[in-house]
Amino acid sequence: MLAIENLHASVEDGEGTREILKGLDLEIWPGEVHAIMGPNGAGKSTLGNIIAGKDGYEVTEGSVKFLEEDLLEMEPEERAAAGIFLAFQYPVEVPGVATMTFLKTALNAQREARGEKALSTPEFMKAVKGAADKLGVKQEMLRRPINVGFSGGEKKRNEIMQMALLEPKLCVLDETDSGLDIDALRIVSEGVNSLRSPERSFLVITHYQRLLDYIEPDFVHVLAGGKIVRSGGPELAKELEARGYAEFLEAA
Amino acid sequence: MPAVQETIDRVAAIDVDKYKYGFVTDIESEKAPKGLNEEVIAFISAKKGEPQWMLDWRLEAYRRWLTLEEPDWSTVSYPKIDYNDLYYYAAPKVKDAPNSLDEVDPELLRTYEKLGIPLKEQEILAGVRKQGEPSELDEAGESNPYGRVAVDAVFDSVSVVTTFKDELAKAGVIFCSISEAIREHPELVKQYLGTVVPTSDNFFATLNSAVFTDGSFVYVPPGVRCPMELSTYFRINEQNTGQFERTLIIADKGSYVSYLEGCTAPQRDENQLHAAVVELIALDDAEIKYSTVQNWYPGDAEGKGGIYNFVTKRGDCRGKRSKISWTQVETGSAITWKYPSCILRGEESRGEFYSIAISNGHQQIDSGTKMIHLGKNTSSRIISKGIAAGQSLNTYRGLVRANPRAKNARNFTQCDSLLIGDKCAAVTIPYVESRTGTAQFEHEATTSKISDDQLFYCRARGIGEEEAVALIVNGFVRDVIQQLPMEFAVEAQKLIGVSLEGSVG
Repeated sequence: MLAIENLHASVEDGEGTREILKGLDLEIWPGEVHAIMGPNGAGKSTLGNIIAGKDGYEVTEGSVKFLEEDLLEMEPEERAAAGIFLAFQYPVEVPGVATMTFLKTALNAQREARGEKALSTPEFMKAVKGAADKLGVKQEMLRRPINVGFSGGEKKRNEIMQMALLEPKLCVLDETDSGLDIDALRIVSEGVNSLRSPERSFLVITHYQRLLDYIEPDFVHVLAGGKIVRSGGPELAKELEARGYAEFLEAA
Repeated sequence: MPAVQETIDRVAAIDVDKYKYGFVTDIESEKAPKGLNEEVIAFISAKKGEPQWMLDWRLEAYRRWLTLEEPDWSTVSYPKIDYNDLYYYAAPKVKDAPNSLDEVDPELLRTYEKLGIPLKEQEILAGVRKQGEPSELDEAGESNPYGRVAVDAVFDSVSVVTTFKDELAKAGVIFCSISEAIREHPELVKQYLGTVVPTSDNFFATLNSAVFTDGSFVYVPPGVRCPMELSTYFRINEQNTGQFERTLIIADKGSYVSYLEGCTAPQRDENQLHAAVVELIALDDAEIKYSTVQNWYPGDAEGKGGIYNFVTKRGDCRGKRSKISWTQVETGSAITWKYPSCILRGEESRGEFYSIAISNGHQQIDSGTKMIHLGKNTSSRIISKGIAAGQSLNTYRGLVRANPRAKNARNFTQCDSLLIGDKCAAVTIPYVESRTGTAQFEHEATTSKISDDQLFYCRARGIGEEEAVALIVNGFVRDVIQQLPMEFAVEAQKLIGVSLEGSVG
């Protein structure tokens, strides 16, 4: 589904060009759940942003293929319509735009891009209610401007609800556990687990192992110094929890 | 165009073709000679069949105008206007009008298409054809029943106008052109005309007083709630909007009226200078709600050929507990220079101003409001949303004043500006003058940019860049959109999206 080969990417900041990803390889097949773990500054969020198409990164080498298409050539909205979803670490506030309006605009824009018919209001309401119920999102929240004044837990729940509604093929979760208390973490994880299917893949980016207690991955990768330095099964996460990232930082 | 659903239904219910009387007066093909002098004014007055007092009123305004200097305090700039090089009375849009849509700025046509305006309606808006003239497209069998209904039927069918007039007459509401009012209801016109915007008011208003050629007149009798929203849309001979419109609306004691002006479709006009005057008068316990969607031609990509919109709009809350509310969506014109204002004379009267002003390309806007508190316990509220894109300049200029006798005057002002891109500018100039210790004025202002993070968030959900901008901007202006009558609100939202096309990337 997703094939990343020798990906090098850099950002321009005040001090010049800085290379963040330095030859990253990753392959994800349908139905698989991959976790990317790593210390701060390893390039975890950069990876998520590059997959979703955020501006500000320059890919200097390598390729990213999604369903055989060259992902790097596509606009962010084209990627979304093709089935990529990024659950943001910091969901963005859009004042005055009701969550419901935002969802409807997004869903119908994606459907239109795929050549499907736009949903009528009743059809949409039904779909959104299904997704909202799954995540325990109240109708009242759907009427509020998106992410404005939401608590940390509400924002993350809202992200996963959007994921449930938009039914993507590849879900990228960027530090979804950050800022969540244990109850919110459970609700969010249950939401994610209910979306697991043989056709849908997940890339779970996290600093801590605790999220992986709830969302059990098939594969765990350690990202350090801009590359994947070690891959393994779920047991690798446990090992990291016990021993920390120190040895990888040295290795990088 | 904003034909409200009610209208469309009503019109559809009438067999329009049965009523094809040539009732639209064939407007005189002659025009007054170029330039402005007392003979030209007498000519206009005679053409309108006006009584002597009206001509005297015009001439007095003209003589005063000669002593006035064109103001230059706004932030807008434009080439000097030669007032003796204009026609003040001319048959509309016959000369120099494009012969077919092929000759019209293709950008304009693209916009019409986006707004879903039928071709035949496009012809009228673009000045190719007047209402009621046959279209070459008739042959082509272009069929859009709503297009016909919205334009031809509403404007040209005497039956429809009569239907509305009947209903209004039953309620005792007078709704007609200002010229007709001068002839048919001179006592009302004499009593109220120029009492809110006197002939001596300002350069453009004084010019308007001398040469105005058309506009609307509304009188709502005591205790009457006007049974429908009034719109310039229903007025016959509307094609002759003219550059100097004059509108007078009087809501007598305890009455209510809602008036819609304008059109969401961009209108092209031969007349570059538009200097209208609108006067509103609300007596005891009366309420007037005045909504405008202004989308005059903003000019081509370089801003050439766009309309200068220099308007004086003022409401007088003359009675106790009266209320006047202005809502405006300004997206068109090369230059917009207007300050719909309220004079809060009556005790406990209330003024409101809700505004969305969008500038793109090379447009310049200097707009805002004045709230003049004269009576006790008066209150006002100002919500202004300015959006600047392209290389435009967007200025909010507002005055809130409490006179010594305006005990307990209250005002709340919120001015928000949104910038799109880095070549535009937004300026906020609020004047606050309180001459009483008991006044309470609050002012809040923000300036923000559409952030890259917001855009990316929308795009990562599948929303294209332009649609994302429209979504974010519509969120930004939501407080004001909610003040518009529903049908207008939907169209205004669409219009905002179209107005900002090409503003990013």
